Amino acid sequence: MSKLDSKIPEGPLKDKWTNYKDHIDVVNPANKRNIDVIVVGTGLAGGSAAASLAEMGYNVKAFCYQDSPRRAHSIAAQGGINAAKNYQNDGDSVYRLFYDTVKGGDYRAREANVYRLAEVSANIIDQCVAQGVPFARDYGGLLDNRSFGGVLVSRTFYAKGQTGQQLLLGAYSAMNRQIAKGKIAMHNRHEMLDLVIVDGKARGIIARNMITGEIERHSAHAVVIASGGYGNVFYLSTNAMGSNASAAWKIHKKGAYFANACYTQIHPTCIPRSGEHQSKLTLMSESLRNDGRIWVPKKLEDVKAIREKKIKPVQIAEQDRDYYLERRYPAYGNLVPRDVASRAAKERCDAGYGVNATGEAVFLDFATAIERYGKEKAMVSGIENPSKEKITELGEAVIEAKYGNLFQMYEKIVNENPYKTPMMIYPAVHYAMGGIWVDYNLMTTIPGCYAAGEANFSDHGANRLGASALMQGLADGYFVLPYTIGAYLAKEIRTGKIPTNTPEFDAAEKGVREQLEKLINNKGKKSVDYFHKKLGKVMWDNVGMSRNAAGLKKAMDEIAQIREEFWKDVFVPGEMNELNPELEKATRVADFLEFGEFFAVDALHRNESCGGHFREESVEMDGEQEGEAKRDDVNFRYVAAWEYTGNPREAILHKEELTFNDIELKQRSYK
Amino acid sequence: MNLTLKVWRQKNAKAKGALETYKLNDVSEHSSFLEMLDMLNEQLINEGNEPVAFDHDCREGICGMCSLYINGEAHGPDRAVTTCQLHMRMFKDGDTIYIEPWRAKALPVIKDLIVDRSALERIQHAGGYISVNTSGNTQDANAIPIRKSDADKAMDAASCIGCGACVATCKNSSAMLFVAAKVSQFSYLPQGQVERKERVLNMVHQMDKEGFGNCTNTGACEVECPKGISLEFIARMNREYFGASIVAEN
Repeated sequence: MSKLDSKIPEGPLKDKWTNYKDHIDVVNPANKRNIDVIVVGTGLAGGSAAASLAEMGYNVKAFCYQDSPRRAHSIAAQGGINAAKNYQNDGDSVYRLFYDTVKGGDYRAREANVYRLAEVSANIIDQCVAQGVPFARDYGGLLDNRSFGGVLVSRTFYAKGQTGQQLLLGAYSAMNRQIAKGKIAMHNRHEMLDLVIVDGKARGIIARNMITGEIERHSAHAVVIASGGYGNVFYLSTNAMGSNASAAWKIHKKGAYFANACYTQIHPTCIPRSGEHQSKLTLMSESLRNDGRIWVPKKLEDVKAIREKKIKPVQIAEQDRDYYLERRYPAYGNLVPRDVASRAAKERCDAGYGVNATGEAVFLDFATAIERYGKEKAMVSGIENPSKEKITELGEAVIEAKYGNLFQMYEKIVNENPYKTPMMIYPAVHYAMGGIWVDYNLMTTIPGCYAAGEANFSDHGANRLGASALMQGLADGYFVLPYTIGAYLAKEIRTGKIPTNTPEFDAAEKGVREQLEKLINNKGKKSVDYFHKKLGKVMWDNVGMSRNAAGLKKAMDEIAQIREEFWKDVFVPGEMNELNPELEKATRVADFLEFGEFFAVDALHRNESCGGHFREESVEMDGEQEGEAKRDDVNFRYVAAWEYTGNPREAILHKEELTFNDIELKQRSYK
Repeated sequence: MNLTLKVWRQKNAKAKGALETYKLNDVSEHSSFLEMLDMLNEQLINEGNEPVAFDHDCREGICGMCSLYINGEAHGPDRAVTTCQLHMRMFKDGDTIYIEPWRAKALPVIKDLIVDRSALERIQHAGGYISVNTSGNTQDANAIPIRKSDADKAMDAASCIGCGACVATCKNSSAMLFVAAKVSQFSYLPQGQVERKERVLNMVHQMDKEGFGNCTNTGACEVECPKGISLEFIARMNREYFGASIVAEN
């Protein structure tokens, strides 16, 4: 078993990054012109990395499957981005952000990486403002902040409910400046289909031009994978339809270890499924839990009547409602972390209290908040003895100012007015904390191959806090990778241009062509979606919010079977050498069918509950915490990094022990 | 509900396209328009035919990937939505629905309902940015206060998703709303002042070069814009442009 070297710099936590940065190798500007870097993915991590590397002087080749880098799925992030600015003077600091992130991640993240993330967080806000990102401001013209779950300070910067969009457009604009200068060669509508390794180093990729179907060879001195998360292995998730794990899985198969796949975030507040036609799930921002109260009826006959639309939710008396989060977690109430809120919703729905036709929905109710805000507003406005209607009217206006765009989005999808009747929500797969294993430099176990943003495993442990994904993506791309990549590239200045007419490129291209030909020529009977949906159901039922050994083993067998059936019976219409969305889907689903089984392997091995990973075998049996997740620090305080062997089921486990010098390990309690 | 669909099919950019007719039954009123097209494609695949190619990605109204001209309207009959947010409850059982790609010289069809929007990209390359390097030591974010009303206006302009509905819906195929959104965003912010004049001149120049038409103030773009970008920004861009043209140094 090889030892994983995380390359964490020596010295006190606070000085690691500064000292390391001061001594890192630098490539001189004249040499940078001779060095090529490939960046796959143009979300916050990839876009910011591509722009920064190009500014520094490297020749960047960037790839995205959309028709513009601006459309990467970072764009859908709503709530905000965390930064330890302490503008609100509420005691925030780099250490506090670091602490909250490690604790929120249930003590399964690497201390040094998280501290660095907290350190550079403030720079991100400065950088984005300089780029013209229109963050929300107060009347004094200074930046405004809001609060998010799991923390006690206001450190979240936001741009309405479109923070991800504005940050991505910032990175996109930085890319555009470099594209105009010719420093970034942008390849839109291109998909990476394999990594090319020459003499043990990442030296290029094979990509398919999705318009012409042409298979292209691209070489570089380093390859950065910033291709996002793997939530779509569940078919239904909050990810974009095209979001996929293929780039990550391809490099895994070429030697990059894959870490902690089982740490997947199931977000508690999404719009429930409405039927079999459903293609994706829509998130409702976590910020709604500041004012919304979550409940289901106490009586099963009320549940039945609601499902049959015989009574309306507002008709159920206060004493017949079960505000189960407030009941179970009096201290945190509706603002418990995402993993806890999701499991609690599932528990009620499994017990038969789900409030829609599918039985998978709970209420998120704003009536109390509307009344509270309405009374407050009436008092401030000097209205004496306001009528109930007046209070409601005033309260609704306050809620609209805070969450108007989310309420509108909900109404468009569900066709119900959430001001008048409680929203229905249910948990959905959202974010992948796990990902490609990387060292402190963000380099994978393949020399010259890096992973950034959601695609890597590094900063969120077993559970990510709200508004931290944007922070990590931009930290990696703007402030970490551009420095750390120098350590590797400084040794490449004499390499010269990497030729693509070599046996290694020949072999990689041949492999890609063979797979595509096989898919096209298969001429089976079933669509790609048929298999993807089937895989998603197995994943959700057995590898979802609650997992046990028997279910995981069953899932592994079932996924292997679906994979076999896929290769026998999938039908991919059209040709290889044309725009062919079914072929694109087929290559992605083929990878998901391997990845899903591997995911279950990781979940099976981790016989503890932590963060987003809940094992039914590992719960507190008595005391105040009875029934809650039980972490096992004695046996599982490590990163599980897996090596590919040819069969997802037989991956070899490598452990990176986690040491906590600056933080005390504690069991999380939200009671 | 049962529907008759008239869908634009075109093998590639050079081929001649035509409207094809399809019957689709048992569509749920709760499904989105794109989920209805998923159903159609599943039906076509099961019959051994090629599915309809259309652009889509986030399916929550923000990425700007989806397009479609539906019954003669960009993003269909609902207001302030993208096609992915349009739901079938806007239609009735027995309806005939016409589905076409964006139509504009500058946005040519690639296949079926997919068009090439790279002209919009090139306009952004021409000036849609503030020239600042990533350094980690730009000045503190609160060093320059920005009036809330200006920040809010900048945000309103910045919410453009670049879908191209404004171009598709304009009788002149003008991209003025799209360009005006970016020009206006930066014009409201102190960080955007240094390059303010060059930016508007360069972006407008590129827009003209790409073959987009002119603005005649019809206002259709504002009506069909899924993000409600205001026509006022076009007026603002015109002022910016004239101002820059008179005093530009080069």
